[in-house]
Amino acid sequence: MLKYIAKRLLIAVPTVFGVTVLIFLIMRALPGDPLSVFLDPSQITIMTDSERANMMADLGLDRPMVVQYGDWAGHALQGDLGTSFFRGDPITETLKRRGGISGEIGILSIIIAWVLGLPVGIISAMRPNSLADAFASMFSVLFLAIPGFWLGLLIVLALIHGPGYHPPIISSQIWQDPWQNFQIVIGPAMVLGLGQAAFVARMARSSLFEVFREDYVRTARAKGMRESVVLLRHALPNALLPVITLSGVLLGFALGGSVTIEKAFGTPGLGDALIGGAIDRDFTMVQSIVLVYSMVFVGINLLVDLSYSYIDPRIRLG
Amino acid sequence: MPMESTLKTTGSDALKYMGAQPLRYAKQFRSFARKRRFAAFWLVVVGILVFISIAAPIVAPDDPNVPDFKKVTQGPDSSNFFGTDFLGRDVLSRVIYGGRSSLVIAVTSIILGIGLGSLWGMVSGYMGGKTDLISQRLLEILMAIPGLILAMMLAFILGASTTTLIMAIAFTRIAFGARVIRSVTLSVRETAYVEAARSIGAPTWRVMVFHVAPQTFAPFLVLFTTNVGIAILIESALGFIGLGIAPPTATWGNMLGEAASHLEPFWWLVFFPGLLITVTVLSINLAADGLQDALDPRGRGRI
Repeated sequence: MLKYIAKRLLIAVPTVFGVTVLIFLIMRALPGDPLSVFLDPSQITIMTDSERANMMADLGLDRPMVVQYGDWAGHALQGDLGTSFFRGDPITETLKRRGGISGEIGILSIIIAWVLGLPVGIISAMRPNSLADAFASMFSVLFLAIPGFWLGLLIVLALIHGPGYHPPIISSQIWQDPWQNFQIVIGPAMVLGLGQAAFVARMARSSLFEVFREDYVRTARAKGMRESVVLLRHALPNALLPVITLSGVLLGFALGGSVTIEKAFGTPGLGDALIGGAIDRDFTMVQSIVLVYSMVFVGINLLVDLSYSYIDPRIRLG
Repeated sequence: MPMESTLKTTGSDALKYMGAQPLRYAKQFRSFARKRRFAAFWLVVVGILVFISIAAPIVAPDDPNVPDFKKVTQGPDSSNFFGTDFLGRDVLSRVIYGGRSSLVIAVTSIILGIGLGSLWGMVSGYMGGKTDLISQRLLEILMAIPGLILAMMLAFILGASTTTLIMAIAFTRIAFGARVIRSVTLSVRETAYVEAARSIGAPTWRVMVFHVAPQTFAPFLVLFTTNVGIAILIESALGFIGLGIAPPTATWGNMLGEAASHLEPFWWLVFFPGLLITVTVLSINLAADGLQDALDPRGRGRI
């Protein structure tokens, strides 16, 4: 197992390297004046050549591209993502503060997805074409089409016009004020979780269907085992493999979706910082947050791979 | 003999054949509608939405961009069915014109992105060897950044215009197209007729264009239909967070973004654009499912 983990980690290294290069290239090397990202076009046209050269030097943009990349990647490796171009405070601090909230939302959304999705999937598989099955399939089709942020906006609206409630605007971490933190986190997590739950349910249903057809399940039933034992001890462990893979993929989609959902709820998370950075034209902030999201995404995929091989030993041996 | 008559097509035959084309499509649609009523219904919904978008200047009751300060943020009533926004513009007209821009952006970006991806996948799959290995690593890197985040970064760097938005969304789709078409190509490459073409000395490009490419058309169509919905969602997300086309152009995402910029948004400004996104994506997805089943005679079920 250890050897397998080491091998998987080694394979991930070039991917991580490639991702940083891609982000860097998109942020720096795209055609056009690099200063136009920071400044208004009008400000650039009134600049003298020396002012321009000074600014490029200040930002380190006059150095060769490879040196700029090495500088950025080297510092990022040590956990130093530089200072915010717009605010001037260290980005790593902002990311720690806001990343906590976004992380909570992500984890909570997965829990919601499994707690809601798995039972529904099991019921659908045990009683195909029943009302519950039709309901679950309708929801999964619907959640593929509904923009999460729109659902979020509708919930916020309903809360305002119904009980006159608005989630707290002040950010607080879970260890400071758990209740306030929960109120901030639950809305986005619910919307994200519901979307994932629909897919978890569908996947659990179809993969349970396949497993139910296997001989060993028939044997288990034939020797008079209780249906609950057949399901929980024999069928489910094998049926969960594709669901876990799917869940990892879904979390990746949720990462992107969480950005807009955080805006809909006004949640002070990482996505909100990304949008703020884009509006303020805070170049370094956007670059860092995209990097964080990508690294989390790569990490999730790695975890899915590893958990897969943990559950099914054939994969790491084969 | 019937064989000869199809081989020697005269001018009048060609005309007859061209005239028969629309009829054939109508017949095909009728058989599709008979076998898959559900999918056909949603295909008709897609058709209606596309028609409304094309005929927007005729269908829309008002100009989408002319403000009317005498009626600002009025709820839905008999003169403005969907209400008016902060500048007194008719929301119904803006939703109709918004659909126009959203659909154009989505369809163009998918044709571009999936098209480039398919080409990439076909070449990489057919060439195999080192080319394939390197291209696989590149695709892995492309897919390691969540699509929406990648689109946001590109839209941020490229700036807000229809062209740049199309490029940003297209870029995120390349890897998905390449992956699917590559796997199709890998199996087509091994078929006897491709081997036959190769063995009589047909150049690589010829085998790819005339023998492999036609086989990838059905999966391309499925990819196209499944990704258009995603593109609409990405476009609306970008518009929502303020990285879409610059105002006053209406897209569904822009309208939602404008509505959400107020602490207590008006419900009709939020409800209608989102409803249109949902109905459009839903109808495209469900019609696509039917199409996928129809194109795949083995009839493997979807998840």
